[in-house]
Amino acid sequence: MKFRISSIGFLLQAIGVCLVLCSLALAQDLAAFEKRTTVKKLANGLTVIICERPEAPVFSFFTHVDAGSVQDPMKKTGLAHMFEHMAFKGTDTIGTRDYAGEKVALAKVEVAYAAYIAERDERVDRDDAKLKQLEQAWKDAITAADKFSAPYNNEFGKIVEGEGGEGMNAFTNYDETGYHYSFPVNRLELWAYLESERFLHPVMRQFYKERNVVIEERRMRTDSNPIGRLLEQFTEEAFTAHPYHRPTIGWISDLNSFSATDAQNFFDKYYVPSNMVVTVVGDVKASEAMPIVEKYFSRIPARPKPDTATTTEPAQNSERTVVLHEQSQPLYLEGYHRPDYRSPDDQIYDAIADLMSNGRTSRLYRALVRDKQIASDSAGFTGMPGTKYPQLFAFYAFPIPGHTTQEVSTAIHAEIERLKKEDVSDEELKMIKTRAKANLIRSLGSNEGLAFALGLNQARYDDWRELFRSVDRIDKVTTADIRRVANQTFMPDNRTVGIIEFAGAPPGAAAAPPGGGQ
Amino acid sequence: MKRANLSLSLALIVCIGLVCGNRQLCAQAQKPSPQPWKQIPIPKLPAFHPQQPKRIELPNGMVVFLQEDHELPMIDGTARIRGGERSVPANKTGLMDVYGEVWRTGGTKSQTGDQLDDYLEQRAAKVETGGSSDSTTVSWSCLKEDFDDVFKVFADLLRNPEFRADKIEIAQKGMYDGISRRNDDPSQIAGREAAKLAYGADNPYAREPEYATVAAITRQDLVEWHGKYVHPNNIILGVVGDFDSAKMEARLREAFAAWPLGAAATDPEIKLEPAKPGYYQVDKTDVNQSNIQMVALGITRKNPDYFALSVFNEAFGGGFSSRLFNDIRTTKGLAYGVGGGVGSAWDHPGMLRIMVSTKSKTTIESIQALDEEIADLAKRPIDDEEIKRAKDSILNSFVFRFDSPEKVLQEKMAYEFYGYPLDFLENYQKEIEKVTPEDVARVAAKYLHRDQLAVLVVGNVAEFDKPLSSLGAVTKLDITIPAPPPGLMTEPGDHP
Repeated sequence: MKFRISSIGFLLQAIGVCLVLCSLALAQDLAAFEKRTTVKKLANGLTVIICERPEAPVFSFFTHVDAGSVQDPMKKTGLAHMFEHMAFKGTDTIGTRDYAGEKVALAKVEVAYAAYIAERDERVDRDDAKLKQLEQAWKDAITAADKFSAPYNNEFGKIVEGEGGEGMNAFTNYDETGYHYSFPVNRLELWAYLESERFLHPVMRQFYKERNVVIEERRMRTDSNPIGRLLEQFTEEAFTAHPYHRPTIGWISDLNSFSATDAQNFFDKYYVPSNMVVTVVGDVKASEAMPIVEKYFSRIPARPKPDTATTTEPAQNSERTVVLHEQSQPLYLEGYHRPDYRSPDDQIYDAIADLMSNGRTSRLYRALVRDKQIASDSAGFTGMPGTKYPQLFAFYAFPIPGHTTQEVSTAIHAEIERLKKEDVSDEELKMIKTRAKANLIRSLGSNEGLAFALGLNQARYDDWRELFRSVDRIDKVTTADIRRVANQTFMPDNRTVGIIEFAGAPPGAAAAPPGGGQ
Repeated sequence: MKRANLSLSLALIVCIGLVCGNRQLCAQAQKPSPQPWKQIPIPKLPAFHPQQPKRIELPNGMVVFLQEDHELPMIDGTARIRGGERSVPANKTGLMDVYGEVWRTGGTKSQTGDQLDDYLEQRAAKVETGGSSDSTTVSWSCLKEDFDDVFKVFADLLRNPEFRADKIEIAQKGMYDGISRRNDDPSQIAGREAAKLAYGADNPYAREPEYATVAAITRQDLVEWHGKYVHPNNIILGVVGDFDSAKMEARLREAFAAWPLGAAATDPEIKLEPAKPGYYQVDKTDVNQSNIQMVALGITRKNPDYFALSVFNEAFGGGFSSRLFNDIRTTKGLAYGVGGGVGSAWDHPGMLRIMVSTKSKTTIESIQALDEEIADLAKRPIDDEEIKRAKDSILNSFVFRFDSPEKVLQEKMAYEFYGYPLDFLENYQKEIEKVTPEDVARVAAKYLHRDQLAVLVVGNVAEFDKPLSSLGAVTKLDITIPAPPPGLMTEPGDHP
């Protein structure tokens, strides 16, 4: 059971997308979807989308919460993701023997923890004997609270799995948090109960043990993985003012400090109905399903929409570089600031990413992998580390043994110069547009994929139809657009470079690897 | 003897469950809070009879499955061909990776791979090839109106590949890169070394390509492989999408009518040589988390115990509900990733694998926690409540095994390939329903023995809570990558 953080692994997601052609008029698709898609904004502000897809007696859902790690408070990085884990811990009825008693016990844990942290963080007069006592008191309070819940560990997950839930998971990224699984269609009402209950009465039980689980997740994704280490350092370097510079998983000192009370406060502020879109796709009829969804989700009280304003990243006016000297093989990464997803140029960046990266006709594959034979893989992609706020357009390459990060950097820059100086060919532009349509068509064939795409577009644009319209916008991209955007974006002073250099085998290892970059 | 004891203890649990001999049942009985979710009606799932693909056997032995799916205007197909890496001699290890890439990139007799790239990308279509342990594949994906254009490429590639030398060189360089990077990620090291312990380091299911074995691969090897295996009687072709089956059948019969039978592929004799039980250690100084895997051989799916083991695996190390998740992750907070079970494969033993990733300083503690879980299976067998939940989970989610025409097609192709009855899936459901607590206890005792497991730890040895040797004799594994043959990385002509 994995909880994903999309900050990691994006390098691999950026490539290898399966594509299929579609010359079908997308307007027809949109018209067909209009007929089977129903949107309703409930009185409490929560948006519900139901899309009928009667292919098999199952449905998938996606709950989109418009808050991600960008919303983590100062000193509390990792909190959005931490709450996501807590959303699997049950409610006042699910996962407890006696909630009235448990509530009192959990409150005592918080008091004890606050006392312990206050002493721990005392700068001058810290009393180590007292600290030990306070730590013990906190742990004793946890033991007492756990007595109420321990027999029902993971009851929420147990109910879902026992009822045939498939693919239960959730993710947190910089921009948002998402929850999803699939059920046989006869469990629609049970799902509506469980999913609304989870965001009506969440209980921050077993918080400090789950925090240790999350810290292990950090060790796995970031601390013990050279690419994870690079991405954290690189992103921190590229953003100085905007919260994109902080890791979604959280800094270790924050993970070792924030409390269950903090998680509850985060929930209270950001998990408000007007900040949520719930999408159901499958063998359901909107006329029957909507009243059920409304009945359960209307129970969540309306609350004010949170302020999500952030500091805007100022223009970068000097090249920045981070170099990690590792025991592992070299990797080259560079990123350029670009505007957010509402920019009129958004689809032009998508077109550039496709041109540079998609398949064996892409420019970076042909230049670095096929012709120069200096990299095993190279691509450019947008949306790093997120898309909601001004972000990076990034390029990377893995140099093959005997070749260096310098060589791949030079080769990438040559391809970027070509973008700036020469118009792309008509054939290339046509391929980009054809693939965009094909990608869309392909994505319409699964309940999970549709629920995610409709929900995300509804949340981002307040209209799921943008899923279809984005392809229309790619269709309007011209060769002049691509040159203009390349020239205004891919400038040395707007660049952050991240490099892993091989710094020698660890002590005790016999032979040095043959790779380049020494 | 052992079996009788287990049955007895299980009988006891069922009897005394209501008086708290059983953690779960006992807790259930005490529970005062209402369980509102139990009041929600669950109507009967509508009858669902997924469409079955049409099976055709051509006169030349090619087996074809046609599965119509008219939701999207697409047609996709895959030809799976018998014979794969496990039939490759050890000194050419990696041949299927190179073959699987160059089959496509090397083009056909009449068109280069680069020409195919342009031709297909103009249609946003794909034709791809690949190689695996027991088979190779050629597949396509296209809009239905481009079917003729794309199928032509598919059929040409199947029968007339050229394996051009320049693309072999690119594939080999990619392989060298992969080899050079294989010790960078600790979970990759753990997965690879654990497989070597389970099957034997030189076994075809576990061995790794090396610079020398990849460098030894020649164009002649690819050509010979193709000539030896790619015959219609070794092929299963599945097609899914927006077509008419009668017309598609006629089209395929016409396309492959003149293709004569060839020698049937035979499966190699493979000797499995699991490592001795005990402790194995890989020291990795740039990590703060240990990857721990306990491994042995698992079973094949033809084994009648497969069904009871499926229930056992779900209850012991499957999802949120499993013992390992609840005890090691939720209760002890030792790990993010934990799980495992007695694995299975279609035609050879899968791997029994129990794994956990934990911070360096709880490495030994976590191994002991897993030990306790395994020991506990005899003292506190998987109880009725756990078995019910595991079976419910498998049976209630059963519909997801065939909720798209493509999934149904893939299942049938696998049964055909491995010689399983085509109703294996229907039968699976019935067999899971029949599994009893006694069955689960029996298979747990039969297949999971702590003293027969090889325990691998990949981690930062200096930071462990105690030395691994405090648990038993430790074999240190040397994962140093053997150096490439002289001159391999600096050949002239590197930079065309």
